[in-house]
Amino acid sequence: MFLKEYITDVVTGVTSLLKGMRKTGYYFTHPKEIITEQYPDNRATLLMSDRFKGEVVMPHDANNEHTCTGCTACELACPNGTIKVVTKFETSPEGKKKKAIDALVYRLELCTMCNLCIVACPSDAIKMAPNFEHSVFDRTKLTKVLNQPGSKIREGIE
Amino acid sequence: MFSLEGITTNVQDWLLMKFNPTMALAIECVIVILLSISLFAILGLVLVLMERKVAAHIQIRLGPNRVGPGGMFQTVADTLKLIMKEGLTPDKADKFLFNLAPFVVMMVGMLLLAPIAFAKNFQIWDINIGVLYISSVSSLSVIGILMAGWASNNKYSLLGAMRSGAQIVSYELSAGFAVLTIVVLTGSLQISEIINAQQNGWWIFKGHIPAVIAFVLYIIAVTAETNRAPFDLAEAESELTAGFHTEYSGMRFALFFLAEYINIFIVCAIGATLFFGGWMPLHIGNWEAFNHLMDYIPSSVWFMGKTFFLIFLIMWFRWTFPRLRVDQLLNLEWKYLLPISLFNLLLVAVITILGWHF
Repeated sequence: MFLKEYITDVVTGVTSLLKGMRKTGYYFTHPKEIITEQYPDNRATLLMSDRFKGEVVMPHDANNEHTCTGCTACELACPNGTIKVVTKFETSPEGKKKKAIDALVYRLELCTMCNLCIVACPSDAIKMAPNFEHSVFDRTKLTKVLNQPGSKIREGIE
Repeated sequence: MFSLEGITTNVQDWLLMKFNPTMALAIECVIVILLSISLFAILGLVLVLMERKVAAHIQIRLGPNRVGPGGMFQTVADTLKLIMKEGLTPDKADKFLFNLAPFVVMMVGMLLLAPIAFAKNFQIWDINIGVLYISSVSSLSVIGILMAGWASNNKYSLLGAMRSGAQIVSYELSAGFAVLTIVVLTGSLQISEIINAQQNGWWIFKGHIPAVIAFVLYIIAVTAETNRAPFDLAEAESELTAGFHTEYSGMRFALFFLAEYINIFIVCAIGATLFFGGWMPLHIGNWEAFNHLMDYIPSSVWFMGKTFFLIFLIMWFRWTFPRLRVDQLLNLEWKYLLPISLFNLLLVAVITILGWHF
């Protein structure tokens, strides 16, 4: 009985080690499995995953329109004061006053990419971009205004 | 046809023509020393690079690929860096032993080089107790490691050295038994005779299952003896920082590093000699044409090919298996490897007496 256990021990041990060696041997003989990204060389063909959180951006459409209503939900959601919404009042042709953004100031150097502002936004005006090359020589360049100059809110967004 | 034997004969003839025999012997000794030192240096560079490349490919990485074509000069650059670095000796260390230890470890490697046959009739010293010499000298390396651990005056170093001592002393046994299996089959301790006995087939094929078991035991035991993963308890980065060479830096660290790779080369060379026929080409029974074709490949190529195959095997182990605990390590040796190798020796003795091997 003892001998049987002993032999099964040896056999299972050896087979499990061989299984491991088979896996690593497969990787060794199949260089196409290599997952290393040679980053500066493959900048042109670099594929970033969709969920990568690099910085907050505000998408604009072809008419230079965004969907930000200036509700400041993102500013309130931000845990470390990265976003500052500067609002203004626009007067529509009918004479009605409407709240709109003057500037959505985003300070990249404070951002932790926590995604809370994107979750808080009721009109999907901002999103995370997979851009990670943020190095600059002057840190004032890290303070960005997300809405493009001359942009305005898209029709029908309240 | 290229052969190292011709070169050595020519050199000896020329020396004997120019000088008296004593002088010629002295010059030959110097040449041998220079050759072995340069072999060590080249092996260090090649094996470290090979290890890094093998590790990278097994872990689905690329490995060093910036210095030189395909990263070929990476280890040269590393060596340059290590030479430039300051070799620091800790204040409270035993200075003499601390500085001596790396050289002791290297010296053992150099001594082990003597009986290895690198090619047909290309051997430093064909001693008639070659295998015994190898197994006795190889156990000396533990002295260097214990010396380093003790003299460092550092608890991690001492722990690492003590583990290494326990490990090498235990695994020497099963390595010895595995070697003994081949000695029983051949009936000789001399390396050249062991190789000649494999003229019509390597022992791993001729010796049936016992030879295969002995080979597996040998590979496991020497992996432990050279302190490599999965038996790298003596270094165990995660527990002991770097084990016995924690306090070493610069070139003295490089010597330890080099000694590790030299030891791997030597144990693999011995394994290739015992189980795969050393420089003997692959001969199959009485396929005359095939055997003749195989003879055209130089014997040094055969030897290096087999040795590097075994080195690759050991590297493969390192990058696949997880590290053992100390108690598991000793369990494996005393409860598994040693009984199996004793039984295997008995089996091989029966086979040899009854003449069941080819």
